[in-house]
Amino acid sequence: MTLITGQTIREAVALDGVGKTFEGGPPILEDISLSVRSGEFVCLLGASGCGKSTLLNLIAGLDTPTAGTVELDGGHAALMFQESALFPWLTAARNVELALRLRGMPRGQRHTEARRLLSLVRLEHAQHKRPHELSGGMRQRVALARALAQGSEVLLMDEPFAALDAITRDVLHEELIRLWQHARFSTVFVTHNVREAVRLAQRVVLLTSLPGRIAREWTVDIPHPRRVEDAAVAALSVEITEHLREEIRRHGQT
Amino acid sequence: MARPDNNGLARLEAGLDSLAGARSAPRRRLRQKLLPPLVAVAAVLATWQGLYLAGVQPDWVLPGPAEVWHSLADAAGRGEVWSSVWNSVSRGGLGFLVSVAVGTPLGIVVGRSRTIRTAVGPILSGLQNLPSVAWVPPAVIFLGVTPGTIYTVILLGAVPSIANGLIAGLDQVPPLYLKVGRNLGATGLSSVAHVLLPAALPGYVAGLKQGWAFAWRSLMAAEIIATSASLGHGLGQLLKQAQDTNDMALAFGAIALVLVVGIGVNQLVFAPVERRVLRSHGLTSADRS
Repeated sequence: MTLITGQTIREAVALDGVGKTFEGGPPILEDISLSVRSGEFVCLLGASGCGKSTLLNLIAGLDTPTAGTVELDGGHAALMFQESALFPWLTAARNVELALRLRGMPRGQRHTEARRLLSLVRLEHAQHKRPHELSGGMRQRVALARALAQGSEVLLMDEPFAALDAITRDVLHEELIRLWQHARFSTVFVTHNVREAVRLAQRVVLLTSLPGRIAREWTVDIPHPRRVEDAAVAALSVEITEHLREEIRRHGQT
Repeated sequence: MARPDNNGLARLEAGLDSLAGARSAPRRRLRQKLLPPLVAVAAVLATWQGLYLAGVQPDWVLPGPAEVWHSLADAAGRGEVWSSVWNSVSRGGLGFLVSVAVGTPLGIVVGRSRTIRTAVGPILSGLQNLPSVAWVPPAVIFLGVTPGTIYTVILLGAVPSIANGLIAGLDQVPPLYLKVGRNLGATGLSSVAHVLLPAALPGYVAGLKQGWAFAWRSLMAAEIIATSASLGHGLGQLLKQAQDTNDMALAFGAIALVLVVGIGVNQLVFAPVERRVLRSHGLTSADRS
């Protein structure tokens, strides 16, 4: 916790010297210290092999670090993946209701709450559809509603829009920012797409590869609504891309 | 909420949604589904009748379809056929249900525990290769010609199929689902109930279907070999009786009944369940196209 003028600003995620090595392999992550303020939107950016997904698993508590500590406000974070990972045997509404049920919400409230969450992502009309009857973008919106249903302070997103077409991705960026501005959950968003990171985040953290360490970070002051085509977004993207390329080049020299 | 910007996003999304909605193919018509198998059955009957008329074999070796029908009708008139069908179906049904009750927990345990799987897995697959008729002699020695013998043989035939189907289903559960389940808070039994079993359902239903086929075959084998007055009359015993009295028409009739019951249960019970499960999992070809 950081003390500023007598007020405490809560940290949603606090990583201190986190390292991860899988048995017999080279270190995947090394000395990662990062804190995410409550309500902050942080993008983790890196080429493949930087251990982005491993880091998210550590934050989510699905895996334990071999060094350092992970602290999470509320002790729990909701996860979203590249594939929607909705359960195909349940309708959109039932998928959301399952998250509510496993969180312990009484049966009577689940139905109404699931409808409310689906209407947040503007999919109340699709509540009775099964995942295979929905488009990729709609599935990710249901997955977002399911993640919100977990009631966590922290939302972890692992390249959630990477498999979508450009138009749908753009719409989902707008949707995500709208929801974030509305609910102010703390977000850690992993991507390898620089423009996506600049489009969304308040802070972009660049990771090195093999092992993953924090190379640099940028604060993004561009006001919302942003667009990928905005000059300011493009300019910062060019700068960050240059650093990312430099990181990748280092691996070409052996 | 009525900001024009927001409104634009809502309409953009609605447009994308309506453009991208999956369309499911129209169902096949009943006529298209029923006609081909009916034609095939008619062709078999016609060939049979043709061979009969050509007199390739004497009548008592190769009776015609009409003789088989009359022989069955006679037996039905004496009440023999209905009680045989009922006895066999009730034995097969009860044996199958007990097999499900045994095979399901067995499949879950073997499917989820690595140690138990290494130990028991090969035996289970081995048992599936063993024709269950091989169990009849030892079962008769051990239990005598009793219902116990019949149910033992059914169980040894059906349980491995059901357990192996469930194990295959569990193997095919994407690890991502388990990860999502854990993140949602499903652990232990609630993970089994909410994630594992529903995800493994297609494999389980395939196992149940095969389990029924094995139960029915095993029952017939047991009934043909283990016949006694105290045991009551099933379709297998009807076949055996036909053999003892050199009644080829009755033998053919009994075989036809065994087939009709086996196929009937499959089509009326398992096929609809399987279709529903596959459709609900988005696995039918109709939904993919």
